[in-house]
Amino acid sequence: MQTRLDKEIGFMEQGLRIRAQRQQVLATNIANADTPNYKAKDIDFNQAMKSALSNTGNNAGMSVTNSKHIDSSSNVLSQVTERTAKQNSADGNTVDMDVEQSQFAENALQYETLVSMINGTFKNINSVMQG
Amino acid sequence: MSLLNVFQISASGMSAQSLRLNTTASNLANADSASAPGGVPYKAKQVQFMAAPLPNSGALGVKVDKVVEDNSPPKLLYMPGHPQADEKGYVAMPNVNPVEEMVNMLSASRSYQTNVDTMNAAKSMLLKTLTIGQ
Repeated sequence: MQTRLDKEIGFMEQGLRIRAQRQQVLATNIANADTPNYKAKDIDFNQAMKSALSNTGNNAGMSVTNSKHIDSSSNVLSQVTERTAKQNSADGNTVDMDVEQSQFAENALQYETLVSMINGTFKNINSVMQG
Repeated sequence: MSLLNVFQISASGMSAQSLRLNTTASNLANADSASAPGGVPYKAKQVQFMAAPLPNSGALGVKVDKVVEDNSPPKLLYMPGHPQADEKGYVAMPNVNPVEEMVNMLSASRSYQTNVDTMNAAKSMLLKTLTIGQ
């Protein structure tokens, strides 16, 4: 049974998961800033969130009933796309450090915002229970 | 957990960049080494990076694929009094370009710092996550 609280926390948990995975992709871009022929990658948060919600929202996603099953909702790395380069470089690398750094900072802030929202939800429940 | 992968990714970037810095230091230190093991003048070395998957996770880090030697001809200096001068009085000096090396040094140091920042950001995100429910 899914309570209203589960839904609310679950929604934000999906967001956290996608933000964390996006952070990993951006870190890979930054680490490979000097690698020849490396193509910068990114996750579209909107798209990833939509598909994650459509997987879990109406229980269309496959449920994990065995330890050998793969949790379909947890992996958004399949949604990684290559970024289109604004300027071409001689070595074929498409990492734009300004873009990566700003996206990295923004993503970290969004992550912390979600954490604060989850905390706020718990605080609300606490205050209701304690009267 | 993907945020913990960030640590490994940044660490791979940091070690790759520090190897690049090592190579630059070696090149600059040997800019005047007229002889190296084998009797030939020192040859400038450059690292070649490659995106490489990290062990135990699908994440992509970076590693030094190989260290390549610069095969351009040595600089010839006219020093007739030098013990290694040839019959015309020229000494073969290393093909190290100090300007190029300085640029490489700055670039490696900046990239290293960026990776450290990345790691710190991931750390503060994880610490923030630990505050959930407190």
